[in-house]
Amino acid sequence: MGSADSRLRVRRTDGITQIEFVDRNILDEANIQSIGEEIASIIEAEDKPKLLISFANVDHLSSAALGTLITINNKVRGRDGELRLADIDPQIYEVFVITRLNKLFQIMDSSEEAMRSF
Amino acid sequence: MSQGEHSTPASATIELVNDRDAIDAVEDRIVELAEHAGFSKSARFALRLALEEAIINAFKHGHSGLPPDTTITVDYEVGPSRIFVAVEDQGPGFVPDAVPDPTLDENLELPSGRGLVLIRAYMTSVTYNERGNRVELVLERKA
Repeated sequence: MGSADSRLRVRRTDGITQIEFVDRNILDEANIQSIGEEIASIIEAEDKPKLLISFANVDHLSSAALGTLITINNKVRGRDGELRLADIDPQIYEVFVITRLNKLFQIMDSSEEAMRSF
Repeated sequence: MSQGEHSTPASATIELVNDRDAIDAVEDRIVELAEHAGFSKSARFALRLALEEAIINAFKHGHSGLPPDTTITVDYEVGPSRIFVAVEDQGPGFVPDAVPDPTLDENLELPSGRGLVLIRAYMTSVTYNERGNRVELVLERKA
């Protein structure tokens, strides 16, 4: 959002907050924590938040990033909102499959498809 | 080290501090050697992920309560058909089987514990020493 050192690109379209990552690798604990806090502040600012997180630019992510996504999912559900993940590279999607998190998250092939699904 | 010579394994032992740039440099080095040895893009993806998880586990969990400048040791040997990496911390160790399985339905929303699952899924073999402070990863090239 407004912060100069944000690790996210955020825009809002038709009541849906679209989030993209600046970094190709989401590995660093400090960055992951900062990303989690930034997204939490977006969630907490809205009633029934609708969030779309795109992984279009992401080459690598760690289990710490998965943990933050779970926390984000719990926060969204706690506010009666909806979360979609999209644009996930096949190699990264495999990480979701191995950890069975593809069962927890609503994952769409593309941002366009995800936008239509809200 | 003989980077680029596919027939000669490249190996080293590194004392690593908990610094992102230093961790990246080690991961980059091993993944680069794997590329030169002819490992595929998907194998290198798997390797980097397993390295990241093993190194972060060592610092975050292995060294919990220890001074932040406590180092870990990373041994690696990259050959044309097999990559070996050992990550050893200076902590008391842990019991891998005691970590809850995060892939069970009742644990899916737990925010931690997936690193071990990913390491096991992506590596050909994963071995812990008896104390539980050293993990040895082997990635063999698929035929």
